[in-house]
Amino acid sequence: MKFRIDIRRKEGLSDPEGVTAQKSLHNLGYTEVISTHFGRTIYLEMSDGDTAAATAEVEAMCRQLLANPVIEDFEIEVVG
Amino acid sequence: MRVAVVVFPGTNCEHDVVHALKLVGREPKLVFHRETDLAGFDAVVLPGGFAHGDYLRTGAIARFSPVMGPVAEMAAAGMPVVGICNGFQILCEAGLLPGAMVANRDLAFICKPVHLRVEQTRSSLTAGVESGTVLRIPLNSYEGNYVADPATLDQLEADGQVLLRYCDEAGTVSEAANPNGSSRSIAGIANAAGNVAGLMPHPERAVEDILGGTDGIPLLEAMAVFAPQQAVHL
Repeated sequence: MKFRIDIRRKEGLSDPEGVTAQKSLHNLGYTEVISTHFGRTIYLEMSDGDTAAATAEVEAMCRQLLANPVIEDFEIEVVG
Repeated sequence: MRVAVVVFPGTNCEHDVVHALKLVGREPKLVFHRETDLAGFDAVVLPGGFAHGDYLRTGAIARFSPVMGPVAEMAAAGMPVVGICNGFQILCEAGLLPGAMVANRDLAFICKPVHLRVEQTRSSLTAGVESGTVLRIPLNSYEGNYVADPATLDQLEADGQVLLRYCDEAGTVSEAANPNGSSRSIAGIANAAGNVAGLMPHPERAVEDILGGTDGIPLLEAMAVFAPQQAVHL
């Protein structure tokens, strides 16, 4: 069972990488860009079993280690 | 006062901290991160560096080190627990201090002396220092940009948990004097009780004239000033 986890900075919190990338895009002439946010994606494979139970476990992993719930939101998707 | 100075794999400021604590009359001892018992220590310092390589996020792995069990117990018991730079990041990841640190506003590693204004003195980092004092202390970090949601920031301000703010030489706080983009120019905070405290700049690098200044001394002396005050409260 394969999972894709998207982790993003919470809305409204400082995202210097996003701000810098957006300034650069504007400098290159892509002035129509109105927001740029960076995140990271984690691909994780688990041994096959109950999907709901495995998803709950991946969520626990995110809360405990993979994301920092203080400043980050995450989305979990089963991809295979 | 016996102070445990924790060494994680990748910590690199532990000897500076030990040297500085000896200068102010403490009895520091290096403690490896696998230690599970800090009995006999009166305080603990998490020094700067790159604990566990700062893999994943700064402090993300370090907070699972065995030593963090007794560190949390000391924090709960009201004993001084001080995090410097990476140590501050670890205390945040461990949930012992609110908020987190992200990349500096300008995405540059900052290594220079900065000015800090002392905001609150009821903490193991600022006890005995007059409020409004301006200190010049080296900052040395890439992820020094303090962030927290607005409600948390408001609560920190209301409860007097903001200890230090970046400022200019005259003590004026402004965006221009904010080196890394930290929310509300915050350089150091404490928990509600004041015993757990963290800051991004390095007071242990400002303890002798030959290092360019001695403004770090009062911050390192504070834990011994604060601890007896706490005992009275308890």
